[in-house]
Amino acid sequence: MLAAIGVMVVLAVAIGLVLGWSAIRFRVEGNPLAEKIDAILPQTQCGQCGFPGCRPYAEAIAKGEADINQCPPGGEEGVKKLADLLGVEPKSLDETHGTPKPKSVAFIDERTCIGCTLCIQACPVDAISGAAKQMHTIIAAECTGCELCLPPCPVDCISMVPIAEDLPHWKYKHPVVMLKLVAETESA
Amino acid sequence: MSRELHRFKGGVHPPDHKAESNRRPVHAAPLPKKLVIPLRQHLGNPAKPVVEVGDPVKKGQMIAAADGYISAAVHASSSGVVTAIDLQPVPHISGLPDLCITIETDGRDEWIDHAPLDYLAVEPSQLRMQLRDMGLVGLGGAVFPTGVKLDPGATQQCPTLIINGGECEPWITCDDVLMRQHAGEVLEGVAIMRHLMGSTEILVGIEDNKPEAIAAMRAAAARLDFAVEVVVIPTLYPSGGAKQMTEILTGKQVPSGKRSTDIGLQVFNVGTAYALARAVHHGEPLISRLVTVTGHVLRPQNFEVLIGTPMHTLITLAGDRDGTTGVLMGGPMMGVPMPNLDVPVVKATNCILVKSKELFPPLPNALPCIRCTRCADACPAELQPQELFRFAKAGDFGRAQEYHLFDCIECGCCSYVCPSHIPLVDFYRYAKSEIWAHEKDKRASDLARERHEFRQFRLEREKKEKAEKLAAKAQAKRAELAAVPPAERAVPSDADAKKALIAAALARAQAKRSDAAPKNIDHLTPEQLHQIEEIEARRAKIRELARQPLESEEKNT
Amino acid sequence: MPSPFILDRSSVTQVMAWVLAALLPGIAAYVWLFGPGILVTLSLATVTALAAEAAMLKARGYPVQPFLLDLSAIVTAWLLALSLPSLAPWWLIVTGTLFAIVVAKHLYGGLGQNIFNPAMVGYAVLIVSFPVQMTHWAGPLELSATHLSLAQSATAIFGGDVPKATLDAVTMATPLDALRTGLLQQLTVDEVLTHPIFGHYGGVGFEWLAGAFLLGGLLLWALRIISWQVPLAFLAGIWLTAGFLNFYDAGRFGPPWFHLFAPSVMLGAFFIATDPVTGATTPRGKLIFGLGAGFLTMAIRTWGGFPDGVAFAILLMNLCVPLIDQYTQPRIYGGARKTEEPPA
Repeated sequence: MLAAIGVMVVLAVAIGLVLGWSAIRFRVEGNPLAEKIDAILPQTQCGQCGFPGCRPYAEAIAKGEADINQCPPGGEEGVKKLADLLGVEPKSLDETHGTPKPKSVAFIDERTCIGCTLCIQACPVDAISGAAKQMHTIIAAECTGCELCLPPCPVDCISMVPIAEDLPHWKYKHPVVMLKLVAETESA
Repeated sequence: MSRELHRFKGGVHPPDHKAESNRRPVHAAPLPKKLVIPLRQHLGNPAKPVVEVGDPVKKGQMIAAADGYISAAVHASSSGVVTAIDLQPVPHISGLPDLCITIETDGRDEWIDHAPLDYLAVEPSQLRMQLRDMGLVGLGGAVFPTGVKLDPGATQQCPTLIINGGECEPWITCDDVLMRQHAGEVLEGVAIMRHLMGSTEILVGIEDNKPEAIAAMRAAAARLDFAVEVVVIPTLYPSGGAKQMTEILTGKQVPSGKRSTDIGLQVFNVGTAYALARAVHHGEPLISRLVTVTGHVLRPQNFEVLIGTPMHTLITLAGDRDGTTGVLMGGPMMGVPMPNLDVPVVKATNCILVKSKELFPPLPNALPCIRCTRCADACPAELQPQELFRFAKAGDFGRAQEYHLFDCIECGCCSYVCPSHIPLVDFYRYAKSEIWAHEKDKRASDLARERHEFRQFRLEREKKEKAEKLAAKAQAKRAELAAVPPAERAVPSDADAKKALIAAALARAQAKRSDAAPKNIDHLTPEQLHQIEEIEARRAKIRELARQPLESEEKNT
Repeated sequence: MPSPFILDRSSVTQVMAWVLAALLPGIAAYVWLFGPGILVTLSLATVTALAAEAAMLKARGYPVQPFLLDLSAIVTAWLLALSLPSLAPWWLIVTGTLFAIVVAKHLYGGLGQNIFNPAMVGYAVLIVSFPVQMTHWAGPLELSATHLSLAQSATAIFGGDVPKATLDAVTMATPLDALRTGLLQQLTVDEVLTHPIFGHYGGVGFEWLAGAFLLGGLLLWALRIISWQVPLAFLAGIWLTAGFLNFYDAGRFGPPWFHLFAPSVMLGAFFIATDPVTGATTPRGKLIFGLGAGFLTMAIRTWGGFPDGVAFAILLMNLCVPLIDQYTQPRIYGGARKTEEPPA
């Protein structure tokens, strides 16, 4: 009896020591889950999720304070990836946060622009160049298409232009090998 | 002259159909009225236009310059006037247009001044740049800039030079015909390559279904002052693939993910050697090439074609027939279907293959994969195509990469032997293109994250700097006040200093206000001036009054 | 439609047709040695399989014609029929075939998708559910006094009135059964082998049937429809295991040649284990698959509850195929094996 208790005590102490030691030794700085979630988010920094950028949203998801379906630019695919990462059921996008749109970049109509710099202050990735009373222009390669520059513009000179498919961006489509289709055409 | 040959794994024996087009002599295709010259004819960055609409150009004049190291220049194929620099249909499977320079030819075909290069006198790195500016690219199919490939790498030595005359793809005969007719010039190009690469062993691999080409090359090689071994290899598709040719001739395999120069060898196509000789010995940039026009045409043959010539003119020349079901650029195994026939001949165009129902019956419907592994037996890259297919179809691109999707050379052997008639290669192209797109997206989002984080940092920094500046200013003010003898101040305290600051600011503002000169006082009547003076006096009085309580307050404390 | 634009002339139909053709020597030998009853079994299984296949295709919304013409259902039917006792009652044949086609093939997703060999699933279900009826083997003609004609066999199969005496005279234990029963009665192998059913290697008649299957299998190998790895490894697995056991105690374990020349082994090695859909795909994987199936067959024969173990051995190895394939990925051109992590 005493021996058993002794063994259990010794074991408990030993395991406790090991656990305590490893908690110190293998401590992970930062929040790796938030990092991983952030890596999935599209980094448009649009704030449609209700958080000021992708990183805060990722941290909120990691803490369980936000749902995974609040990111319209990530689309259903993004929700699925988040669900896979977190081991939860994927759900459909929350429409209250917006709906996915085709990828586009902002375009400033330079004839209308008055050079007020409001859009420059709004841009989350500094993709607008210009200065006070100078015409502004979008650095298209760096624009995430977040649309945050649209509301502040006093003269409504910014529009979103969908990215047209060109040769460098062209993709092979999934080859269609549908046997059921054959059946339908045959019976038709 | 016998050499131990090695056999690469896999491969197939499709009917070669070479005899249709290699019997007739080569004709130069006539000068078209309009040349459409794409700027993206090579791997790497597309060329940048250096001419403008309306500019007259001469034959061989550079119209677009190389953009970066892995790139190549583009030249006018004939003399005339640039009429457009815009998006035009190009020979690409997507049918999407790309940036092209259109030249209206003047019929004079007038050359720009050009002179041979003394390649022995030029520094090799400089020569490579010159070759890039002459638009030289590999003509075997990959159109990789030749100048880049002619760099022997860090060791500055590439002992083995392989000249690829395999031309294993069915129907195509342009390399065959080139070797028959220009064996001497091909080997002149080889001599330049040998000089640049520092090679000691030169092997020319030619499939045994081209006896005339073999004889011509052997005869030409015998006249050289260095040793060139013309090796006859068995006909087996895809022995003309650079990696397969390497294994056949040397028994070595290029390690996965490495360059062939890492194992001391480099492979060039015979057409590239010929173009190199033209460039160096005649100063001619790459503005024309041999193109096989074959398949469902009346007179299948090879033409010497200016880059930019529309494809339909060549088909008309070879005699078009009824019952055409489509046109391919390249051969039946790896060729690309053309969206229309207005697309121009480019540097990569080795063959224009006209299809008909009889020659190319429509492919039967695909059945499910039965995992028979015939594809694996046929795969020259020694992959497991059935697994790649499974992953690609399911969208599991990570697994597909684990199974070496990117070692696939898209030769088509797997699809060719598949008893279920599954378009396997199509699935691999799809998977590769998806992976590239994902990577592009990933890079874009990484950039966005970085920029966003920097912006956060910058805003934070600006805020801090502003605060610091204000603090410094306040500090300075305090110091200024502290300089005033303490006797003049009742109680020197922080609140006191603050008040002093506020007072000073108020005084400044007042001074500013009183200093502000009224702007609209020209052309006023004396009465009006008088009125203004009165008002100003009143204001001054009020200001004086307003200041008093503050002063009294100060005295009280 | 992208490249390539030309195809070899091979097709699934052609592959399956060759498999059927390669079974013909075996069927001919069967008729010659055991009487024409097998033809009734084969026909019944074929008709059932085609009907079930058509019905399932229709139900799943697939085109019926191309899939019926691929002949895979007939291959399944024939393999099952050749595994069944030659005088098995009709409902046994129909049940087995239906289970093979409907459950083992179509409920798993149809051609190319099934994990288990359909014919062997059908066989396994029958031998577990109806062990008594699965012993209705007609003995070799050489040994039986009465011979059943085609009509008589049909009557027997369809449950018609055939004198019990005649049936008893015709059916007898297979050599494997005889060995098993003998060993259970504490006889030594040598004593059991004195029974008239045992011929030179694998039993009178049975050894020749095995030879005929071997012949067909070699034809498939010569045509490169099957690879050499699976049959060779399977036979090696049996021979090595049996040889080791026999060497260890010749009195309790049958000789290796006897085990090798059972018809089920040859049929299994060349026609069933080589089923591409349910087998391993890599060269090394095929060797492991074959060796494993051979060893398991012997293990079941020796220590299991059934006289023969080919079906269960192959089904068990079918289970391991994804694992085998994953760990036996061959080296590719340029040297790299499957990487553990996808390149970043």
